[in-house]
Amino acid sequence: MMTSLLSVRSLTTAFDTEHGKVVSVDDVSFDVQHGETLAIVGESGSGKSVTALSVMHLLGPTGSIESGELLFDGQNITALDEKAMQKLRGNDMSMIFQEPMTALNPVLTIGNQLIEAILLHQSMTKKEACATAINMLEKVGLPRAAQIMKQYAFSLSGGMRQRVMIAMALVSKPKLLIADEPTTALDVTVQAQIMRLLKELCQQSNTSIMLITHDLGVVAEMADQVIVMYAGQIVEIADVYTLFEKSLHPYTEGLLASIPSMVFDGKQLESIPGSIPARYQELAGCRFANRCKYATERCRIEKPQLEEISAGHFTRCFEWQTLEKGGVAR
Amino acid sequence: MSLFKRYFNKKAYDAEKTVIWSEELPAPSKGLFLKRFKKHKLALFGFWFLVAVAICAIFAPLLAPYEQNEMSAQFSAAPSMEHWLGTDQVGRDVLSRLIYAARVSLMVGLFSIAIAAVIGTVLGLLAGYFGGIIDGIIMRITDVFMSFPYIIFILVVASIVGPGLTNIIIILGVLGWPSIARLVRGNVLALKQSDYVKASVALGYSTPRILFKHILPNTVAPILIYATSGVAGAILDEAALSFLGLGVQPPDASWGNMLSSAQSISILTDLPWLWIPAGLMILFTVLSVNYIGDALRDALDPRNTK
Repeated sequence: MMTSLLSVRSLTTAFDTEHGKVVSVDDVSFDVQHGETLAIVGESGSGKSVTALSVMHLLGPTGSIESGELLFDGQNITALDEKAMQKLRGNDMSMIFQEPMTALNPVLTIGNQLIEAILLHQSMTKKEACATAINMLEKVGLPRAAQIMKQYAFSLSGGMRQRVMIAMALVSKPKLLIADEPTTALDVTVQAQIMRLLKELCQQSNTSIMLITHDLGVVAEMADQVIVMYAGQIVEIADVYTLFEKSLHPYTEGLLASIPSMVFDGKQLESIPGSIPARYQELAGCRFANRCKYATERCRIEKPQLEEISAGHFTRCFEWQTLEKGGVAR
Repeated sequence: MSLFKRYFNKKAYDAEKTVIWSEELPAPSKGLFLKRFKKHKLALFGFWFLVAVAICAIFAPLLAPYEQNEMSAQFSAAPSMEHWLGTDQVGRDVLSRLIYAARVSLMVGLFSIAIAAVIGTVLGLLAGYFGGIIDGIIMRITDVFMSFPYIIFILVVASIVGPGLTNIIIILGVLGWPSIARLVRGNVLALKQSDYVKASVALGYSTPRILFKHILPNTVAPILIYATSGVAGAILDEAALSFLGLGVQPPDASWGNMLSSAQSISILTDLPWLWIPAGLMILFTVLSVNYIGDALRDALDPRNTK
């Protein structure tokens, strides 16, 4: 088997808070293959962003990796020091943030920031870097690239800024791009454009994408492999086709049902009742049980394990067979 | 699942290359700063007044009618065609001394605040960015410095290291940094949370680079505004020290030590040309600097859309 680009093994990340340790990512394992797009889906607070930040070692002073292993490109980066991580960041792994409106420095020109990103990881003259920057801006579909180089962030629209961010993230041809809800803050019309652009550029440079989102439309468009997270745990892993055709976890099913449909069928949009329980670590049974319509007595007292149903398709649910048969009466 | 197919089919509809349509780009407005600044008539007046003072200071040997310590035959003479602002008790030309003294005031104002700004900015950046113990230590030192009775402390230090222009500049500079450090620290605390600083970390930039290239430029405006009022304060402090005899030492002229001649009641009443011009110069210079500071604050504030 080919070694994967990123291999996360039993990652557990916790934050120190006033109420003691809060485990936000609990025993999470997955792989990102070369050139593949992996989507991590889940609602707010499910631990998807923290998973990404753990990989980048960007947890801040209160967060830390409690246990587990991160293998990036064959190298164990779990305990890498800050200096070595700095070399890795931006060079081999990049990140795009959710808010393009604030992710660019307001007092430096776009060109300035791009050239800085280029010169940091590649040895070339300032002139070459400038040419590379203009080239990159054209690649992300910005017209009048030379002019934009001299402009400041405030004179660009949200979509244009996110394009600049993508240019900055991809300029060093990283092996892994972590995109944390890259289109959430953008207009719907621009979202699709940005997503397609991202996919196109990453295919060109064989960059793997770790896409963090709560938008299943984006997942369908982009992903090869999908991880569904709930309350810090992985509840389902599947390739994108399997996930959409026959998801075997009630949470995924709920997510899929709550996508607005283009066809007007007179029904109210479905939603999953309730929210992620606050102290989910203390629950005896399944963390989703109290919101699950399939929940049985067993679900409340026993913790389900991640179970492989078919090749590459895992689910953390006792009742997956009920789901496979078409579920209980809806 | 039909939904799944729809999302995938959608790709076929808009497979054509994405193009951004008319998104108008306003040109970066360099003129905006000047336009806002010019709205302040007083600041504009202050600016030109300071330019005039600066020219006088720089070209003092050319502009002054006499050498600053040159004595003439007339003692304590009233203003005349020969001596526009009269002469002092030892026959020196008051106008010439006033012009040379401008050098002292401007130098003290600019250099001492420059020293204070550098120390304050660096310490503020470090305290704000690293937080924790470093922040604690720096801020406690700041508190200590800020709780000294300022003018008395300056007096004590000045009497220990001795009076003189250079010493004054150093003393005022070394004592002036705490409020700038606090200002910068507060700004850094806010900026540290901003997405572009996080993005810089994610891009693999080193800490000094993030501090000085990405955070510092964003705090320049408040530092500049604070520094202007600091300049005014330093000029006043120098005048006060010189007035008390611990500043610039005669025979060198400074506006402060020219004023100190007004300590004698006979001069105060009989020879007003000895102290009124110096007093007015201090007044107008400090006023000008303060007006400029006001205008800078309005012009540099990005939220100000007037």
